[in-house]
Amino acid sequence: MSAMQALRDAAFTHRRRRGAELFLLVISLVVGVGAYAAVGLGVEESVPTDIVGYGGWLAVLCLVCHVVVRLVAPYADPVLLPIVAALNGLGLAMIHRIDLADLAANPDTKTFARGQLIWMTLGVLLFVLVLVVVRDHRRLQSLTYTSGFLALVLLLMPLMPVLGTTIHGSRIWIRLGPLSFQPGEIAKVMLVLFFAGYLVLHRDALALAGRRFAGLDLPRGRDLGPILAMWLVSLGILVFQKDLGSSLLFFGLFLVMLYVATERPGWLVVGSVMFMAGAYAGFLAFGHVQSRVNAWLHPFDPQFADGSYQIVQGMYGMAWGGLIGRGFGQGNPTLIPFSYSDFIFASIGEELGLTGVFAVLLLYGLIVERGLRTALVCRDAFGKLIAVGLAVVFALQVFVVVGGVTKLIPLTGLTTPFMSYGGSSLVANWAIIALLLRISDQARRPLPELSAPDEDDATQVVRIR
Amino acid sequence: MNKPIRTMSIFCMLLFAALLLNSTYLQYVDAGNLNSRGDNKRVRDAEFSRKRGAIVAGGTSVAESKPVDDQYKYQRVYKQPQKYAPLTGYYSYIYGRSAVESSQNEILSGSDPRLFVNRVVDMLGNSQPKGGSVSLTVDPKAQTAAYDGLRKLGNDAKGAVVALDPSTGKVLAMTTTPTYDPNKLASHQFSQVQQAWNRLNGNKSRPLLNRAIQEVYPPGSTFKLVTAAAALSSGQFTPTTKVAGGSTLDLPGTTVNLPNEPGLDCGTDQITLTQALVNSCNTSFGDIGLKLGADALREQAEKFGFDQTYLNDLDGQVKSRFPADPDEPQTALSAIGQFDVASTPLQMAMVVSGIANNGTVMRPYVVDQVQAPDLSSLDQTRPEAFRSNAVSSSVARDLTQMMIEVVDNGTGRTAQIPNVKVAGKTGTAQRGPDQPPYAWFVSFAPADDPKVAVAVFIDDPSVPRGEISGSGLAAPIAKAVMEAVINK
Repeated sequence: MSAMQALRDAAFTHRRRRGAELFLLVISLVVGVGAYAAVGLGVEESVPTDIVGYGGWLAVLCLVCHVVVRLVAPYADPVLLPIVAALNGLGLAMIHRIDLADLAANPDTKTFARGQLIWMTLGVLLFVLVLVVVRDHRRLQSLTYTSGFLALVLLLMPLMPVLGTTIHGSRIWIRLGPLSFQPGEIAKVMLVLFFAGYLVLHRDALALAGRRFAGLDLPRGRDLGPILAMWLVSLGILVFQKDLGSSLLFFGLFLVMLYVATERPGWLVVGSVMFMAGAYAGFLAFGHVQSRVNAWLHPFDPQFADGSYQIVQGMYGMAWGGLIGRGFGQGNPTLIPFSYSDFIFASIGEELGLTGVFAVLLLYGLIVERGLRTALVCRDAFGKLIAVGLAVVFALQVFVVVGGVTKLIPLTGLTTPFMSYGGSSLVANWAIIALLLRISDQARRPLPELSAPDEDDATQVVRIR
Repeated sequence: MNKPIRTMSIFCMLLFAALLLNSTYLQYVDAGNLNSRGDNKRVRDAEFSRKRGAIVAGGTSVAESKPVDDQYKYQRVYKQPQKYAPLTGYYSYIYGRSAVESSQNEILSGSDPRLFVNRVVDMLGNSQPKGGSVSLTVDPKAQTAAYDGLRKLGNDAKGAVVALDPSTGKVLAMTTTPTYDPNKLASHQFSQVQQAWNRLNGNKSRPLLNRAIQEVYPPGSTFKLVTAAAALSSGQFTPTTKVAGGSTLDLPGTTVNLPNEPGLDCGTDQITLTQALVNSCNTSFGDIGLKLGADALREQAEKFGFDQTYLNDLDGQVKSRFPADPDEPQTALSAIGQFDVASTPLQMAMVVSGIANNGTVMRPYVVDQVQAPDLSSLDQTRPEAFRSNAVSSSVARDLTQMMIEVVDNGTGRTAQIPNVKVAGKTGTAQRGPDQPPYAWFVSFAPADDPKVAVAVFIDDPSVPRGEISGSGLAAPIAKAVMEAVINK
């Protein structure tokens, strides 16, 4: 046995664990289809007649994902896909339940569940596409500036006169025929790729130059350029699109990736100060920011009743749900405006209780944990940065939207990943998971076997499978 | 780059911990608070469409929820609505709840912590949670006697009757007139409910008011019992002590004299304390009040419950009062239950039930037992002394003897019951010069083993002024209520 062999044996080797993934996927399917059946039982007191077709369709989607992962990313993390399937199934059931309540009140009302299922299918297709096309995430590094440019275009699209449209006070939508789309969701992924590529190249300059002040390594003035630019972009989103949530998300994302790339906490200090300054200026300058903050601080004050109605109803819903929830069909989630999209978390809290809320939050937490773990074990800086960026942007988004709905922080308009109705968000999140799986596949793959190890290891012949 | 990634892991963990904690706060810690907010439509709707528990009096339900075929599934129905209205209260979608419907709402609606297990079972069995029922302490016969007695006075009469079990504090009867029909407020026809509500609130005689506990009136001569109790307790007086008689009492510092009611024998100079009570002599008790002073009178009144709240089962019990700082003539007037002395009928019933119960005043209560939907008992109210030794037992004995004299030979003859010793005291309380006086009667029976103590209060403008007296109007009702309890 050679010394090299011993080294490889000592190193931890990840197993593929595809069987575990399949097993977990079956459980996720049971959750998704079971929730659908429970909605039927709770609302109409019978199992929906289309349960076989619906369940079959979900099963096909899961199976396709699983087979594709097995074929093109055999070492990918086995937990991510089942979690996403469970969350998506739960979200679909909840949207369907709210549809039924709306239909009962008004037979001509617009329903959302079918659209969401179509979007989920598109999301799965994109997921497959990403996994099949992107065989090695390092290739994406060559697309750094393309991604940055695309992100910028996507962010600017809603501001264009014909394309863009204002819905519920935020100009973050584009309308293409019957479809409306939030390009910001896709831009989020593009930005992660851009930041990762940019920071991999420039992290040394950003990390090493600087001066110490008060025990902290503060960056040089000239290196502040990129963060300043990003700050201005975020402020621009806040000013022109009136989208508090995205603004916060993009800036937080950049800050975290900058910190991870440079390993210098000084950036966090600088960034946080800039964020607070921007947030305070936004509060002073914009009525809609003020009304959000007031609704958060004084939800029961009659003076702000108009602005706080939604959040108060959400809180009532969650309190009404209590520890174990009312059960599907037994609550009144339709009392909450947008209970199928922005406030779907409150609907979950009302009908599935604190238990369901914990389960959903832990599933989200697991996604973030798997993302960060992928970042830790990933062997290249670019992959690390993408994984950490995607995981953190996911965590921030969950925090901002769930925190907003549960009155932990002021409410901002963000979607609840995989659950709330909204095609752009769903599709983008499936792409995020595909990227994470791709990186984790790379990261967990055993060290390549080295052929003919000799004393001169300046050049190694690497066998690629 | 792994160190900052680990730092970010901890950061993300903190974010999720904050979310978990905040959800726990919202759905567990603060949930009760949020659920009890008035504008919470969920809770109101759910309670309204739930099988609410019954309110039971003497084994028959006086309020119950009946299944109906509309949005709310159940309709609250009050049998004998007017008779029991002051106890049951109303249960309205628009106007909320009152009385027992309000104070026992958690049990009736099924959300009480004691019903937690039932809720879990209901949930597992996929059936709607049901409310528990509430048994009242009321004796239906006494309640009927009291209600019929007040109704016989006619539509113009206002009044209230309270009967207590002296040894426990159980409210055996509580009626008030004019009253209302809670069915009209519980209806699901909200426009009609609104009209009914506006009519009730526009009515000058205020039918929604429970006169037994929610308003105070000068107790007049019935308050002489408190004065007599203070006198006997002071040690300066016995039932045979000679006190000031005569036809008038000169009020110190004024040119006004305090007269007696016409036709009563208060002697010419001095009479015994017993005779003074038997003939309800203002002169005697005014003089006793002056001798004891306002503080002693107030102290005695407070021992019986004045200036305090004690009724937990019904909302809105007001405090009875003894004036804070009366001068001498005001003290003399206060001693005979005039000036600024004011009492609820319940408070006067507590005074006599304290005397009946050897000086111990029991805390009055209306809810005897609360039961789970399967009728198993969840909680039985245990009688509780509100004030032991409001008077000593010897003073209680003396007062009882004097009150027996009142019924046997004095102003309370109209309350006599054959073969039963009755102890009582009349009262006719003056108010403004152009207004008819209030008629009072307080009593208990049997005097040697008291089962029931009653206070009757009547405000009846239809009776000619000269004929209004506790003896004529109030005592017969008290008699009927006592008979209803004793002849069981």
